[in-house]
Amino acid sequence: MSYQLYLEAVNDFTNRFVKPLAHQVDEEEIFPSDTVKEMALHGLMGIPFSKDYNGMGSTTKAYVDAVRILSQSCATTGVILSAHTSLASSPIDTFGTEEQKKKYLSKLCTGEYLGAFGLTEAGAGTDASMQTTKAIDKGDYFLLTGNKIFITNAGYADVYIIFAMTDASKGIKGISAFIIEKDFAGFTVGPKEKKLGIRGSSTCELIFRDVKVPKENLLGEVGMGFKIAMQTLDGGRIGIAAQALGIAEGAFERALIYIKKRKQFNKRIADFQNTQFAIADMKTKLEAGRLLLGQAASDKDQGRPYTVSAAMAKLYNSKIAVEITDQCIQLLGGYGYIRDYEIERYYRDAKITEIYEGTSEVQKMVIAGKVINA
Amino acid sequence: MNILVLVKQVPDISIIKIDPVTNTLVRAGVPSIVNPDDLAGVEEALQLKARYGGKVTVLTMGPQQAQNMLYSLYARGVDDAYLLTDRKFAGSDTWATSNILSSMIKTLPYDLIIAGYQAIDGDTAQVGPQIAEFLNLAQVTHVSKIIEVKDQKLIVEKKYEDDTHLLSVKLPCLITTLKSMNTARLMRADLAMDIEEKPIHMISLNDLEINETEIGLKGSPTRVKKTYTKEVIKRSSPIEITPKEAAMRILSLVK
Repeated sequence: MSYQLYLEAVNDFTNRFVKPLAHQVDEEEIFPSDTVKEMALHGLMGIPFSKDYNGMGSTTKAYVDAVRILSQSCATTGVILSAHTSLASSPIDTFGTEEQKKKYLSKLCTGEYLGAFGLTEAGAGTDASMQTTKAIDKGDYFLLTGNKIFITNAGYADVYIIFAMTDASKGIKGISAFIIEKDFAGFTVGPKEKKLGIRGSSTCELIFRDVKVPKENLLGEVGMGFKIAMQTLDGGRIGIAAQALGIAEGAFERALIYIKKRKQFNKRIADFQNTQFAIADMKTKLEAGRLLLGQAASDKDQGRPYTVSAAMAKLYNSKIAVEITDQCIQLLGGYGYIRDYEIERYYRDAKITEIYEGTSEVQKMVIAGKVINA
Repeated sequence: MNILVLVKQVPDISIIKIDPVTNTLVRAGVPSIVNPDDLAGVEEALQLKARYGGKVTVLTMGPQQAQNMLYSLYARGVDDAYLLTDRKFAGSDTWATSNILSSMIKTLPYDLIIAGYQAIDGDTAQVGPQIAEFLNLAQVTHVSKIIEVKDQKLIVEKKYEDDTHLLSVKLPCLITTLKSMNTARLMRADLAMDIEEKPIHMISLNDLEINETEIGLKGSPTRVKKTYTKEVIKRSSPIEITPKEAAMRILSLVK
């Protein structure tokens, strides 16, 4: 009963605050700040975290359902919540000290703070060990210098989880994680990138010039950064899988309405077998994607290993998101190619899900690695 | 301030269809919603609570499944909920319904009672005013705006067809609200997730000081003699003339 009502609440929220803005958010590349404020007022900013830190005290399942439902209407809004929850709040929840949780997590959960995560650099994408951002231990503080690129929620976030080399000689074991506040002196945000899709989402470079980071803002221990990053991304992948599935579902629903109305050769295009086979294939893929996503979320909720199921959920859902949005445009024909019909936005938004938080190739490396070395 | 809001669960008429053969409403599979005028009342109550403090309690009379509606109101932020449900209540007309609800309200503390102006499934607009009569309270119907509470008085705007009255009414009182007066807030996801911890007070006939002869079908003075679909006879046809000519023609008809 309560879960049904929760889903209804997220749906109602999406219909009132997200769906009406989605076209404009994309068209004018607007970061939907007001929607984020409303998400906070409606209790969506700390779904899987403890009530002790102002969270909802709920599950990964509930969180991914929210990302999925938001993304059915607006993938930009979906990824804002996903990055905030999975990439910024979650590592503080898992690795943070009591003081860090009180200071940061409790404000991230109310939405007073928005969160972001910075690992990628110009020369360190999939190969995260190539970090050049450095954090030098100065006794009382760490001195942080370097640049991060393609950072989601950049410029709008209040708190950033940033990875930097504390000992380059140790390779990935020399990486540490830090909690950086937007107002730390020496920290600036570059201009917004222009993207193919999720155009309302803010993606920027982060620039750190001799930023003094207090010792208490080290997340986890020195040298634990790579482990924190990888574990955080495992969780993030479940969020992106949900975003991808939501995009596919949203496009599918729009196409379904169209095929029942559109008539050619004196019948609805839904009455052509070609259309029916396409619908059957897409619906089956959506169902398979939903099950894989559910498995990954359930693994995380039950405390089982979820690295592989999360990788599979992301690999599969991002793949079908690209396929299904493509096929939905085809069903709409010329109308599908026109921006006012909004289906083409889903097609552009889908592509990123095969790239960020680990490309599809990385997911395959993760899955194959576990299978072969098992 | 203690605010009681009377609410009713109704079928969503924006989705409902008419059976083309029998000309009756097809209710099967139609989702239930909070009656829109009542939901506006809940919103006003929550806004009054935010301004002046206090407690918002919702009351409904209906079948067991009306619990779902009360849970959805908990998810919007109300503090307490009562469901008056009993097989013996079935068949009650507006007088008997008002009688039952009034006997419950008499046992509760309140400064203000808010009822929706009318329910979309009945359109009688009688229950609110009748409750005010049963409880011997001042009432203002068709409230389109609540201005403020001052010196134990409620200042409101009452909407007429083409004008608005500004009224001051002593508390405690009863007002009826219009859905057009606000946009009701949505459920909060976090409150929705926690609704199972919320109590719904289930009230049956035995809990009320009311005589069985005054309720249900037997206790209802109203009898529905017949229902039928109104025939629409199109008699009018547009005439294209200038406004001045139109005014003259209307004047001659009125004379």
